[in-house]
Amino acid sequence: MQNTVTSKPAVPVLTLNGRSVELGGERNLLELIRKAGIDLPTFCYHSELSVYGACRLCLVEIEGRGIQASCAVTPEAGLKVRTDTADLREIRRTNIELLLASHHQGCTTCGKSAACRLLELARRLGVDTVRFTARRPPAPLDLTSPALVRDPNKCVLCGDCVRFCHEIQGIGAIDFAHRGSAAAVVPAFNRGLGEVECVHCGQCARVCPTGAIMPRSEEEPVWKALQDPGKTVVAQIAPAVRVALGETLGLAPGEDTTGRLSAAMRRLGFAKVYDTAFTADLTVIEEAEEYLRRRAAGFAGPMFTSCCPAWVRYSELAASDLLPRLSSCRSPQQMFGALARDLLPKQLGVAPENLVVVSIMPCTAKKYEAGRAEFAHNGRRDLDAVLTTQELAHMIQGAGVRFSELVPEPLDMPFACTSGAGLLFGASGGVSEAVLRYAAAKLSGGAAPAANYGAADGTAARREVTVTVNEIRLRLGMVYGLREAQEILKEVRAGTCEYDLIEVMACPGGCVGGAGQPVPAGPETTARRACGLRHAAAAAPLHGAQDNPFITKLYQEHLGEPGGPRAHKLLHTKYQTRRRLGKSDGLPLIHGQDVGRVKVSVCLGTSCHLRGSQKVLRGLAKALEERGLAERVELTGAFCHERCDRGPAVTVNGQVFDHCTAELALAQVEAALAVATGA
Amino acid sequence: MSAAATIKGSRQFDAACAILDRFGRNPTRLIPILQALQEEYRYLPGELLAYVATALGVPPARVYGVATFYAHFTLAPRGKYVIRLCDGTACHVKNSIPILEALRQRLGLTAERKTTPDLLFTVETVSCLGACGLAPVVVINDQVHGQVTPEHAVALVEEIIAREKPAAA
Repeated sequence: MQNTVTSKPAVPVLTLNGRSVELGGERNLLELIRKAGIDLPTFCYHSELSVYGACRLCLVEIEGRGIQASCAVTPEAGLKVRTDTADLREIRRTNIELLLASHHQGCTTCGKSAACRLLELARRLGVDTVRFTARRPPAPLDLTSPALVRDPNKCVLCGDCVRFCHEIQGIGAIDFAHRGSAAAVVPAFNRGLGEVECVHCGQCARVCPTGAIMPRSEEEPVWKALQDPGKTVVAQIAPAVRVALGETLGLAPGEDTTGRLSAAMRRLGFAKVYDTAFTADLTVIEEAEEYLRRRAAGFAGPMFTSCCPAWVRYSELAASDLLPRLSSCRSPQQMFGALARDLLPKQLGVAPENLVVVSIMPCTAKKYEAGRAEFAHNGRRDLDAVLTTQELAHMIQGAGVRFSELVPEPLDMPFACTSGAGLLFGASGGVSEAVLRYAAAKLSGGAAPAANYGAADGTAARREVTVTVNEIRLRLGMVYGLREAQEILKEVRAGTCEYDLIEVMACPGGCVGGAGQPVPAGPETTARRACGLRHAAAAAPLHGAQDNPFITKLYQEHLGEPGGPRAHKLLHTKYQTRRRLGKSDGLPLIHGQDVGRVKVSVCLGTSCHLRGSQKVLRGLAKALEERGLAERVELTGAFCHERCDRGPAVTVNGQVFDHCTAELALAQVEAALAVATGA
Repeated sequence: MSAAATIKGSRQFDAACAILDRFGRNPTRLIPILQALQEEYRYLPGELLAYVATALGVPPARVYGVATFYAHFTLAPRGKYVIRLCDGTACHVKNSIPILEALRQRLGLTAERKTTPDLLFTVETVSCLGACGLAPVVVINDQVHGQVTPEHAVALVEEIIAREKPAAA
């Protein structure tokens, strides 16, 4: 008989600053050290992103291995680690000093200084002098994006933005270029952010430790309008704003500040403060009805939500084949804009030209959305300005309003009455939850109990929920992060996706994690904000959009039927394919010199490329040469005719031909040549 | 313009497509693809990089980043004759700078403007060619010239101009 000793296996430990610390499956030494209560400084470490190891601040000394970046070391039992030796302190200080040397140190005028990681670490590590001076002339600001401002002079090359854009959004609009002292983070071909395939989600700005990428401020035009006695300024507040704004003003993440927010905004001079959650209720009804109509008409496969402007832009840039699946509903922000222009002048007794409509959004892409051409009429935008949560907090601070001492005030009717479902729009899964609540009531003829389907619970980047009402099964997919969304797109294209409706939000956790929200904010902060919204929704007296009496009244008195002609005019929109890179001269193939030469360009953009435009271009070039027409033609390979759903596209003397082949293109060129000769 | 010049772009595009195919349009072969393309075009036009990004399914910013990282790649058109003057330590102490000045003066070039408008010459410096025994060294395309003087370098350029101009005319 064997002796068996049963004892709990010893937990592996390592030694940290002379104390024993248990290993608990941490991915790297940095996480373990932070768990042990030591906040090692870093720039380039984000738990959501890959390990980069570039900033050299999380350095530790490991006995027998020397000095290493703890983010890039796997914890092992028996390691003897120190975080606080004289060498380490000196190296960290020098590293910060070197970063500061190539950083534009205009801290007093920098919008990021209150939340700047570089400034914070310089103070914390005791950097009191910078011995080196900048040697490069200042680079110009990138002001091409409607949502973001890039200041290359403040970049510390940590690569956080590059990795976020690539790893989480699957876009890669910015990347490292050049090297050595000339290294820089830039969009393709050193163009502006507004001239490349950026979707304006602004997550680069959220993770940027300095002020190198920042939301583009619209505070000044709003101040100007507020101080103009001839103007009546009204605002809408998005759901996610109320649970984050307090972070900048001394409150905890997730605390619902609606009442104080409303009070503060009246003190700033806003005449009326409304709730975007009201138009979120409207969106739910329009979107659910649209889906049910499509389903009844035999439209197979999933429909995508269209509330997230970064996602809409991504679809237009890179998923043009799926645009017919995108809901035609405007986002709640733009529905509000349309209603405000239509109803408020009369309701408030204001001349239309004197009504200024401002949005308060957790999002930078909303700035882009408000500027889209389809949301302007007679040269006037539906929304005059879009402020982020950060900007509004800054205005409140600037006005000297003591936020925490304010007595809460209600929002203004009628756009204040909102259901819990509408409030949930601010968190990932919220749109799905709201649609389910409406659909369950509708499909059951109002018999379904007011259930919570739990779609807005959970923090995973991809989730799903299935509900069966009256033997109709509804399966909803929810996703955040555009790379994760790209996986679903693959399934939709392959015909293996079984969802009925797919909710896509670009930002982690949905709008609560938007780039306009206070920074710094990691996944825990986002989760607390989402929790705050769920609590607010649970406390709301109205359960679903269908319960909102003001929505019912709005349809009766103003909009007619959901999805009807008037609703369609005000609440729906259209999409178009868009080029990823700004204007280009094209790749010249044949440079004919004849005076009356025909100008031909074949699109080489992604969509046309996948549809075989390369074959068209080569076939056409060869045919023109063989027929001896080269001198009479100027042929280029061009980038994007913005007809991605109809490619390959070929332009002959300004006229575009869709679904082109080399033969068709040749026939068109020959016809154009015949006209030229005839003339 | 000659017929060949008229359709040069078409030939180059055919070659570019063949290069992409030769490397199986594999994004991990980006660097050899760019090398081969630069050999064909003598530089990497932005439009071509955008096309490479499209064909490989890689973000254009990544292709731009790779193309700007390596000193071997150039995004500006280069001359038919690329003159690389070594300015490594050995060549520098053996008076490489007067050679550079003489070449730039003869061709009307500066530190910023490296290529002549007729795209015949590009003059650039490199940090070491590994031929320190021949210092100072000038390499014109693949041909190495050792112990060069300013006069010698200018004479080499004149020789090329004399050879090229009648052909162009």
